Amino acid sequence: MSDDVILRIDNLRKHFIVGRKGIIKREPITVKAVDGVSFDLQRGETFGIVGESGSGKSTIAYITMGMYLPTSGTITFNGRDLFERGDRRPLDLRKEIQIVFQDPGSSLNPRRTIRQILDLPLSIHQPEKDRLTEIIRLLEMVDLPPEFMHKYPRQLSGGERQIVAIARALATNPSLMILDEPTSALDVSVQGKVINLLIRLQRELNLTYLFITHDLSVMRNLATRVAIMYLGRVAEVAEAEHFFESPQHPYTQMLLSSIPVLTEAEEALRPAQIRSTGEIPSPVDLPSGCSFHTRCPQVMDHCRHVDPLMVPIDVTDSDHIVRCHLFEQANGQVQS
Amino acid sequence: MTQETPLLDIRDLSVHFHVYGGVLKVLDRINFHVLPGERVGLVGETGCGKTTTMKTILRVLPSPPANIPEGEIFFQERDVLKMSQRELVHMRGQGISMIFQDPTAALNPVFSIGQQLTAVIRYASPENQNLNKNQLRERALQALRQVALADPERLLDSYPVQLSGGMRQRVCIGMALATQPGLLIADEPGTALDVTIQDQVLRLLQNLVEQRGNSFILITHTLGIVRQMTDRVYVMYAGNMVEVAPTRRLFTNPLHPYTQGLMDAVPRLTGGGISEGIPGRIPDYMDPPSGCRFSSRCPHAMPVCSREKPPVFQVEEPADESHEVACFLYDDAQKVSNYKAEAVPV
Repeated sequence: MSDDVILRIDNLRKHFIVGRKGIIKREPITVKAVDGVSFDLQRGETFGIVGESGSGKSTIAYITMGMYLPTSGTITFNGRDLFERGDRRPLDLRKEIQIVFQDPGSSLNPRRTIRQILDLPLSIHQPEKDRLTEIIRLLEMVDLPPEFMHKYPRQLSGGERQIVAIARALATNPSLMILDEPTSALDVSVQGKVINLLIRLQRELNLTYLFITHDLSVMRNLATRVAIMYLGRVAEVAEAEHFFESPQHPYTQMLLSSIPVLTEAEEALRPAQIRSTGEIPSPVDLPSGCSFHTRCPQVMDHCRHVDPLMVPIDVTDSDHIVRCHLFEQANGQVQS
Repeated sequence: MTQETPLLDIRDLSVHFHVYGGVLKVLDRINFHVLPGERVGLVGETGCGKTTTMKTILRVLPSPPANIPEGEIFFQERDVLKMSQRELVHMRGQGISMIFQDPTAALNPVFSIGQQLTAVIRYASPENQNLNKNQLRERALQALRQVALADPERLLDSYPVQLSGGMRQRVCIGMALATQPGLLIADEPGTALDVTIQDQVLRLLQNLVEQRGNSFILITHTLGIVRQMTDRVYVMYAGNMVEVAPTRRLFTNPLHPYTQGLMDAVPRLTGGGISEGIPGRIPDYMDPPSGCRFSSRCPHAMPVCSREKPPVFQVEEPADESHEVACFLYDDAQKVSNYKAEAVPV
């Protein structure tokens, strides 16, 4: 089983210094954007990260891409440390991990044609190949007509632009794709087309997806496993099916009950008794103990002081883990 | 159909924009009305004309480029398009309030919440101009209390940057309701917020509207929110009203192919995969199709669809549940002639 792990994130932390305080302005003010996150990605799966703004989900993506160096912790890709040489990542490792951003309007250069946009990654990673044939092949792969290569991004619709961004990510023939909210900037009627394209490409090219979104309904239809993040930490990880049938963490339940839905069947899935309350605390000034305790309907005295550990919800199911004191007790584990 | 006089009644309204290179025919003879105390949803995707419609009602569209070649807008039985500047100020002050999508952009960053709130209250009506400082402050506090903001006294002296997104939107809601408007328009009130915060803000808005019995227009592209918060829904596509129905009915029995496609495209929490969505893209407003504007993307398109603009058909149903759809597929249903004309005694 462990042979299948393509990406392993171990105790990852990223703290940003956003200012200084104290009398002589020596003491740094830090934002703990990612604070001790660990998970594995199996080859060929779609691992979903869900969280609200400021939960650190995009920071994880950017660190994996090599845009930031982690403060501590490691990321290994196919057994190789991604930061073995600091931020100077070897080319053969770079080509394996690609990213699609949220807004194709700003991630595509408006002054380049689609051909030029697709040519750039090819010229870096596959200079020996016939690049024009390769561009046509890429466009065919994402169901766009070859004439599109002479167009500029502004001549395309939002959905088509995002599909071009996907084609660009595929140009280097990666094995891991990071999808950072790829459909949030799109209308619902085109969202489906992009998502179905992603599903088809994954099947054909045996891709692994790290899918980041705040939309749980999209996640339900795409992910094999889901992690919920809250203020830089993972609150719950589970198989997608299991996750939506029996969400355990109080935050997950709050999140699910906040989603506006279309049908009665969906309403039945939402834990109705959990109502969203309170504000998301500032990431500069995190609450002590469990960071969710200020909003948790099931808060105990314990939660205000002691940070919970990640524990399986029961002994038989080690795939469904939760960071919550409620389950530590159920498990009979002693809190350190 | 009810005989009640609508609070707001838009009849055959078209709005064009004159731009370099031609005329954008954005709104195409739309009809829309809101009864007193009714909660109405307006659904459609980016660029379908939802916001243009609302801006036209408030007469805040810059003209030129905007131009209104035909149509009438009645608010409290007076034609908004023929109002004098004075009457418009009165209408915007006391008649209609609006909540915008992005509370950060809606609030002025250099004035305190208190200054902005008192200004709104003060200029809402002539009699408010005589209120003294303490009375204004009391009214502002009241506005903040009703939106369940903690510590309103301190908030009055805060600036928008000191508040979170959810708090800012609450302030905007308080501000909109402070003038006791007859009609409240909310344009995507939760879209800029996180899911759990959006839920809180929308529930607050829903409770306030219910308590006060306000007439309410909710503009959004999220179908789930409309289902939760409205009595009746208009579906808009490319500047046309394509379907109107009571909310429950629309969600159980959508008739227009566009509405059906839209509902299909929304991913469900229950799983089952995601539909391909609607093929094609929204037509060019410079040169819209001569017939039904949806015909090029419609799976049921017939020859007549690209020739003629479909009239509004009333689907035969219990008389109190008026379900109307602009689509030739329902041609055998009873045709509504002189749409809505009988509803307004002139």
